Amino acid sequence: MSSLKLDSKVPQGDIKTLWEDYKFNAKLVNPSNKRKFTVIVVGSGLAGASSAATLSELGYNVLNFCIQDSPRRAHSIAAQGGINAATNYQGDGDSVWRLFYDTVKGGDYRAREANVYRLAEVSNNIIDQCVAQGVPFARDYGGLYSMRSFGGAQVSRTFYARGQTGQQLLLGAYSAMEKEVAKGGVKQFTRREMVDLVVVDGKARGIIVRNIITGEIERYAADAVLLGTGGYGNVFFLSTNAMTSNGSAAWKAYKRGAAFANPCYVQIHPTCIPVHGELQSKLTLMSESLRNDGRIWVPKSATETRKATDIPEEERDYYLERKYPAFGNLVPRDVASRNAKNMTDEDKGVGETKLAVYLDFKDAIERLGRDVIEARYGNLFEMYESITDENPYETPMRIYPAIHYTMGGVWVDYNLQSTIPGLFVLGEANFSDHGANRLGASALMQGVADGYFVIPYTLGNYLGSEKLDKVSIDHEAFNTVEKEVQARFDKFMNIKGTKTVDHFHKQLGKLMWEYVGMARTEEGLKKALVEIPKVREQFWKDLKIPGDSKDLNIELEKANRVADFFEIGELMARDALNRAESAGGHFRLESQTEEGEAKRNDEQYCNVSAWEYTGDNQEPVLHVEELTFPNVPLTQRSYK
Amino acid sequence: MSDEMTLYLQVWRQKDSKSKGGFQNYKVENVSGDMSFLEMLDMLNENLAREGKDPIQYDHDCREGICGACSCMINGEAHGPGKKTTTCEMHMRHFNDGDAIIIEPWRAKAFPVLKDLAVDRSAYDKIIMAGGFIEVKYGNAPEANSMMVGKEVADFAMDNAACIGCGACAAACPNASAMLFTAAKTTQLSLLPQGKVESKKRVQSMIKKMDELGFGNCTNERLCEAACPKGISIISIARMNREYMGTLLKSDY
Repeated sequence: MSSLKLDSKVPQGDIKTLWEDYKFNAKLVNPSNKRKFTVIVVGSGLAGASSAATLSELGYNVLNFCIQDSPRRAHSIAAQGGINAATNYQGDGDSVWRLFYDTVKGGDYRAREANVYRLAEVSNNIIDQCVAQGVPFARDYGGLYSMRSFGGAQVSRTFYARGQTGQQLLLGAYSAMEKEVAKGGVKQFTRREMVDLVVVDGKARGIIVRNIITGEIERYAADAVLLGTGGYGNVFFLSTNAMTSNGSAAWKAYKRGAAFANPCYVQIHPTCIPVHGELQSKLTLMSESLRNDGRIWVPKSATETRKATDIPEEERDYYLERKYPAFGNLVPRDVASRNAKNMTDEDKGVGETKLAVYLDFKDAIERLGRDVIEARYGNLFEMYESITDENPYETPMRIYPAIHYTMGGVWVDYNLQSTIPGLFVLGEANFSDHGANRLGASALMQGVADGYFVIPYTLGNYLGSEKLDKVSIDHEAFNTVEKEVQARFDKFMNIKGTKTVDHFHKQLGKLMWEYVGMARTEEGLKKALVEIPKVREQFWKDLKIPGDSKDLNIELEKANRVADFFEIGELMARDALNRAESAGGHFRLESQTEEGEAKRNDEQYCNVSAWEYTGDNQEPVLHVEELTFPNVPLTQRSYK
Repeated sequence: MSDEMTLYLQVWRQKDSKSKGGFQNYKVENVSGDMSFLEMLDMLNENLAREGKDPIQYDHDCREGICGACSCMINGEAHGPGKKTTTCEMHMRHFNDGDAIIIEPWRAKAFPVLKDLAVDRSAYDKIIMAGGFIEVKYGNAPEANSMMVGKEVADFAMDNAACIGCGACAAACPNASAMLFTAAKTTQLSLLPQGKVESKKRVQSMIKKMDELGFGNCTNERLCEAACPKGISIISIARMNREYMGTLLKSDY
């Protein structure tokens, strides 16, 4: 029988003072003792770099690991739009409470209220902190900050740095971390990939990594392990994630005893440049802001063959404006994505592959002039033209939804601690504060909040209250885990089959997109649970890895990640099958309103599903954390 | 829509940092104009892997021009022929059927080759460690809007902050100078009131570190500016030189 217990450890009391009370009651580690503790931080994105820098400033010894050649390249860098904060600089009625409320509602009531409130509460400190680091957020002519609006909110609370907000925040956190590297508080390990977690006496005490340059397997011990390793969107092969973004670190934690929560919640971004062919490697996002002025349409006839500009007005279907007169083209991401899929399912898709819809700026250009459109979106139009060779000033853009962000992840309590003591999970890697759907400009907010403002207190509380024996890398547990890791890499090399890693990854991606994508059914999910293991079996039988394992070997690196993607994909399908309701990014065709909108089932599923690993080829055990909403009453979202 | 092309590649292959490298020839067929440069290399790698041969190593990650990982010298130009483009954003429609393409790693003493087209750019991290930050501790930073910055100044700081640290500036420069990279950071930080306080110490120690690491000096060739995928101007180098000279001549108090 399983011993795993989900205890959210949310303190009792008024939600508005919970975090203040927590901070006062948390155990402290005295400054001269902090240097006696070593903390491993895996990942150098917003969550990883901000926590590494902060913990080192406080006096802990930090070991930071990243997969890229420099910590500055983590994929947080690619976030475009902005970061939310409840400063109310615009005087438009924003407040911590409103940000909290919007985030809970936007997440379709599947997030933990106390965590979301804390996120909203620290959001203003984030802006102050980043500005102090030299992040050049946009300003207006008076010298004060300029802000913009984003989906799911009626106030302008989004700070931005052109279309590169993620880059600027990440470089702020990166430079803060490099400052600590120079001082000796952080030891930086680049081109390293975490390949396993080491648990000693039930506590996370170290990691095993593979040195990507030499292929050597290395061991590192610590008093606590932090994962800021991002999401698992690349299960789908094609996504807006970076090429090395993967779910392996979180997955290893799962296999060592951490519960994995809500794996089925995946965000599909509606405005990406469509797939052009079989050899495509990744998808490029076009900012959500384009929907402010662009009109989305498809031809009314499924047999249409004319060029977009030759199709007369009366033969076009502006389907979002038709179906959602109140929000029009600005419906939330999940609604916009599903509707695009419905149109292409009816054969009304456009372009060569028929898997796209038009995003048309003709009316906006006529109304405002080309100059205004160029000033607002010039860089995005250039990017679109560079990729597609089409000029969006003259012909409508073709767009299609793509996998973007994963709301699911490692289950954590209010301390951001997983079900393995000493293992903390931050940013996109945890199951997060976004519930079933993340609002735009909230990912950056959460990554930074976890790293700068939450973990310094909760980690101190852990280290200050636990009795931790010294553990070195010579401990038996490290020997055992390293042997298992080595055996796994040897196994890949020894298959000596005939097909490459990408061959199998693409097959998995197609299954996931078809059955565990935008619209899911009981039948399809059951099929996925049969088909995924079949492809996985083939992978382990017929994989071909050239070269040597003790060398820079990109095929071997990919094989290790894809082997985990097969298992993650299966758990996603299982979770999606279990959750027989629609919520946010999880849409079950069986559970929709008369108008075809996502219909929650709060009676049965107002909860977090957290899965416990019980062994290879064995069914995982489902645990449930019930969610309550005393502060934000449950309602059905409507955008009509 | 371009037709499918056949291309003749000469690619730098080098086993590791200690081995001697050399060019190898590859023929790539069925290249569509809609493919990105890296997707073309992916296709070649997929074929090599299928044949059991070692694929070509090249750095890449985001594939949308922002992480700064990709770094190919294409026909002698850093990031290839496009203006303000990274290697990953380059599309094959810029090439013609039958073209020969020479692909090399960044060439600079401070960027040793690790394998094939991948180089070690940790020298850029070291320049940042020497002062490319603001000494602020986490916690109770002053209220963000308490310090005003004019829009033009904030915009110019942002122009410089846009640097992606790819190394094209040093790779394009005949002196392998890191001046544009360093100047972009000193300019961003010293223009903002938060970073101004430390600007003297910063510019001195970053320049010192840059020299120590084996980067050359600037002789106004302007190739860095032409290669920079983010369009950072050498005005920043002039600005950094002025700032640096100032620190030698002027006292703070």
